[in-house]
Amino acid sequence: MTMKMLTPAFAVQRDTERCIGCGVCINQCINEVHHMDEDGWMWVDEDRCVGCQRCGVLCPTHALSITEFPMQFRGNQYWSPSHIREIYAQAQTGGVLLTGMGNPRRYRCYFDHLLLNASQVTNPSIDPLREPMELTTYLGNKDVEVPDREKPQLKLKVPVMFAAMSYGAVSLNVQNSLAMAAREAGTMWNTGEGGLHADLREFAPHTIVQVASGRFGVNPDYLGAAAAVEIKIGQGAKPGIGGHLPGEKVTPDVARTRMIPTWSDAISPAPHHDIYSIEDLAQLVETLKVATRYTKPISVKVAAVHNIAAIASGIVRAGADIVVIDGFRGATGAAPLRIRDNTGIPIEVALAQVHQRLLDEGIRQRASLVASGGIRSSADVIKAIILGADAVYIGTAALIALGCHMCQCCFTGRCNWGIATTDARLSKRLNPRLGAEMAANLLQAWAHEIKEMMGGMGINSVDSLRGNRLMLRGVGLERHELELLGVLAAGE
Amino acid sequence: MKVVSYSEYCLGCGLCRIHCAAGHDGYNGNILKAYKRGTPRPRADLIFHQDQSWLNTCQHCPDAPCVNACITGALQQYDRGVVYIDEEICVSCYTCIMVCPYGHIFPGEQAVLKCDLCRERPGQPACVAACPNGALRLVNEGETA
Amino acid sequence: MLRREGEIRIPSGCAIAGIINRQGERFDGSAIIASIANMHQRSNGLGGGFAAYGIYQEYKDYFALHIYYDDETARQLTENYLNQNFRIVVNEMLPLRPLRRIVDAPLIWRYFVTPREEKLMVSHLSEDDFIFKAVMWINDCVRGAFVASSGKNMGAFKGVGYPEDIGEFFRLEEYHAYLWTAHGRFPTNTPGWWGGAHPFTLLNWSVVHNGEISSYSTNRRFLEMYGYRCSLQTDTEVIAYTFDFLMRKQQLTLEETLDVIAAPFWTTIQKEAQARLRRQYGALLLNGPFSIIVATDHGLVAVNDRIKLRPLVAATRGSYLYVASEESAIRVVAPVVEKVWTPGGGEPVVGLLKDKEGLIAMPDQQSRSA
Repeated sequence: MTMKMLTPAFAVQRDTERCIGCGVCINQCINEVHHMDEDGWMWVDEDRCVGCQRCGVLCPTHALSITEFPMQFRGNQYWSPSHIREIYAQAQTGGVLLTGMGNPRRYRCYFDHLLLNASQVTNPSIDPLREPMELTTYLGNKDVEVPDREKPQLKLKVPVMFAAMSYGAVSLNVQNSLAMAAREAGTMWNTGEGGLHADLREFAPHTIVQVASGRFGVNPDYLGAAAAVEIKIGQGAKPGIGGHLPGEKVTPDVARTRMIPTWSDAISPAPHHDIYSIEDLAQLVETLKVATRYTKPISVKVAAVHNIAAIASGIVRAGADIVVIDGFRGATGAAPLRIRDNTGIPIEVALAQVHQRLLDEGIRQRASLVASGGIRSSADVIKAIILGADAVYIGTAALIALGCHMCQCCFTGRCNWGIATTDARLSKRLNPRLGAEMAANLLQAWAHEIKEMMGGMGINSVDSLRGNRLMLRGVGLERHELELLGVLAAGE
Repeated sequence: MKVVSYSEYCLGCGLCRIHCAAGHDGYNGNILKAYKRGTPRPRADLIFHQDQSWLNTCQHCPDAPCVNACITGALQQYDRGVVYIDEEICVSCYTCIMVCPYGHIFPGEQAVLKCDLCRERPGQPACVAACPNGALRLVNEGETA
Repeated sequence: MLRREGEIRIPSGCAIAGIINRQGERFDGSAIIASIANMHQRSNGLGGGFAAYGIYQEYKDYFALHIYYDDETARQLTENYLNQNFRIVVNEMLPLRPLRRIVDAPLIWRYFVTPREEKLMVSHLSEDDFIFKAVMWINDCVRGAFVASSGKNMGAFKGVGYPEDIGEFFRLEEYHAYLWTAHGRFPTNTPGWWGGAHPFTLLNWSVVHNGEISSYSTNRRFLEMYGYRCSLQTDTEVIAYTFDFLMRKQQLTLEETLDVIAAPFWTTIQKEAQARLRRQYGALLLNGPFSIIVATDHGLVAVNDRIKLRPLVAATRGSYLYVASEESAIRVVAPVVEKVWTPGGGEPVVGLLKDKEGLIAMPDQQSRSA
């Protein structure tokens, strides 16, 4: 064993004046940071702390606070503490660094450089409490080739859907919460690539099922039990990388849902091995359309990579009814850290470019665009729609609504908040009745806020917002960035 | 009326017990006062069995054995089947503890301790309000648990 | 430096008016001038204009092009292009009456043209599409040239000034039309450009418009997908193209077109066909406050945005139908009317020539206005 080079990442500070020794922190920490000795003294093992803050939040007397460990590396503008930490970790293990959630690094966030318009004098703003304000959105191919023969459409009462998170990566209670919330709010939840659990069949009209490279749980029944089918080519957190659900997460229930042996590793290959090019994608799209008797929209999800506009155009021409673009802030249950932090492009730019490209090619009607990856608030939603999205997916925001504290340890399976785990002791920490309520509340709150902002702009249908770039102005952006986003600078 | 515990969502954190103790004996919900300066006396207990846990608290049984057995009339069943104890009258004979089929009454010095559904507290009982996972609910008799 | 309209989008408020004789009897421009002049305060002298249908009986089979030129170079470039593609039977300056109040007028020329057959044949386009492409090309590619109107047996007369002055300038009392529309403009900026005034026309479509289309950018991007070049950056241009796209290219009926541009709310949609139209053409919903009068050689339709954020009044007297921003503008030319009403949001007022009623499906006007 080599010498351990690292101090703990977090300091657990216990105010003994407030601590009553009730033991909530002890029984809630799956990482066993806290313990009480035989004399009734409380001790902490800070090396084990991941900063999830479960103990601090549940402590009835707020005696705990979790902070960054005070001893920092000697200041260096170039070698940041995370660089140094990661090198130590790799020197210890010799392995690829794994992480969870989305890219946390400081890249420019375009959402934060875009401002919305509002009506003054020349046209009236609209009060959403007094006038109808429409958020209803339909996803699908709007190009009617044969008169009166419309392609299948997905109806959303609010243009926000829950992003794909598979059973196995998250607990069944998480999926159950999101499915109930989706039904309540009139939107969709997405199974991810881990199959559809039998208990969730009843949510079929609000379910998008995923077909990914591992093809877990895919059968005619599965395709039949959904409102739409999504082919996952890639995701923003790890473009070009497959998935790996470690065997210890593959409980009998997960195994049954995924249709694989219990406790075996579930590996999703990096590419679909039947899709090595765009024409192969066209075949899979057509296959799924045939399998679902042309009754459901087929969606294709790709990560936002450098030539995303051309890729999206190809996907639309391959017959996809919905194109999902997942930006580089998109989250995941597990990804190699270097990939997550250094691959892809921002969703704002990708979206603006894809929307414009599809318009320029005259094929925007043939598919709906869904933006995902790092949508943090209703303001981000409305900005994404103005940049060209028909709707958005939220993953991280939905999990935060369910209690996630962003400790980024999803890949360990030891999620103290009972979200990214299949351990029965942990997953019962999320009561789906409460989870559904919180997730549905979030959508309701966002819908209200979107209506307020639309009313301010004098627009009463979300249809009139899509691609309406005059409703945005950029602040602090370079000329070429404004051009890429297709917006004017503030003051112009 | 009674508090029902759902073991499938019980975290075993024990916050129900802590808030129960702080909600009685004049602590007015002040946990620090109850636990740092006083004598916390919860009226319910948390049970652990294998991976399961649940709050063991008075079921306010219809035709309650404890009320029938009480030698002083300190235990009485009131509106909606709630069993209250009059601590002034109780002589701590512990007969109720003996007859309670669930072990929901606890020994005390002046009087026995049992759930009173926090009758002086506005809103939900303290345990129900404190449960972070909705594993406790206040239900009426006959309502499905 | 102030940028010219066409380089920048300028919101504006306005007055609009329209008169049609549904028997097709023609009358001179003095009535419409009187009507729009009565709403003087709704415009600020920075734009006025008229569209007139039935004025060129002698050349009714030729496309009448009114083209504004900044200079002679623009005229020569445009005429070269026209000569290559069209047979020009008349090439003349539009007769004008110089007025002190009208300044900085461009060179205004009128042509009666028909596409050269050989050009039309190799283009594989219909006659209308051929003209459409020519108009798009001139507006887009010839600097300093602007096609103000391009229909048959109709014309648009517009410029910078109060509408009554513009009417006098163009000698409208000398023209006889069965359908007139008019516009007085109140832009929030000083464009000083004649092309930016209303009505906006394309082929036989003309639009006068009061209000702002908040969905402009969405509508525009959608139309651009189908070859429309929004060179003016005005809301009105987008409205004209929307009608052209839906009715001429997509072959929608008038009723269907209105269900797209002033779509019923999802909660009030009754027919599946309406929902389907909304899904398909959601990007052409005209959102924001507006009242518009859209005219073709068949007649006119006046409509408000779906929550009626702009004024619009209609009245009938005999075979005349009047529409205007204010009732006073109707009463000034028709003091006694048979019926006068204020249409609700999204409820169209349709006035078609008697012999054209069957050509465009007509909404049930009685039940709507009751």
